[in-house]
Amino acid sequence: MNENEIINTIVAILVLSGTFLSLVTTIGLFRLPDIYSRAHAASKSATLGVMLILLGALVYFYQDHGLDARLILGILFVFITSPVAGHLISRSAYYSGVQLWEHSVQDELKPVVEKKKKAAAEAE
Amino acid sequence: MFTTILVVALSLLSLSLLGSIYRVIKGPSPADRVIALDTVGITMIAMVGVLSMLLRTSAFFEVILLVGVLAFIGTVAFAKFIERGVVLERKRDH
Repeated sequence: MNENEIINTIVAILVLSGTFLSLVTTIGLFRLPDIYSRAHAASKSATLGVMLILLGALVYFYQDHGLDARLILGILFVFITSPVAGHLISRSAYYSGVQLWEHSVQDELKPVVEKKKKAAAEAE
Repeated sequence: MFTTILVVALSLLSLSLLGSIYRVIKGPSPADRVIALDTVGITMIAMVGVLSMLLRTSAFFEVILLVGVLAFIGTVAFAKFIERGVVLERKRDH
């Protein structure tokens, strides 16, 4: 087994696990009951999946012309921004009144929001 | 062998892209659709990565960065629009 085959094996493992995580994201988007759990599935597993695939590309192109700065930047950018996007969307869904799943047992944000609303009403 | 693995990964990624598009079409609330669109953008980044390995060229890496930035900015703008009704607010609006 020469060097090329070893690199190709590592890249294949990375790409296939990233693809698996991407499929897990889709199954989560299909099957989970409300938007908050769907946002949970979409922001976490999709981020790790695309990071694994880009890491595979980084290892693969390392044998041609060294480490590529654009791929490293892409990995870092996805890692930083994708959870932030998930957070912002869940937050806007909550404040625009999207209901939780009917069987969920706890909503710890609700008393905080009501308290804030009451304080704002008293200030006016 | 390696090419076959990459083609299989590409087809599975397009399958998951189709699943996200199903959620874009069906999603009950606007936030559902926006989060599915974000997932579509991220899956597109992964597909460009696999495709550039398949074609063995490093010409498409700027596309990865660009799609990442555009997906993030679009999601943030939509989140702000859903929450407050405006994207760019004036100083005296609130």
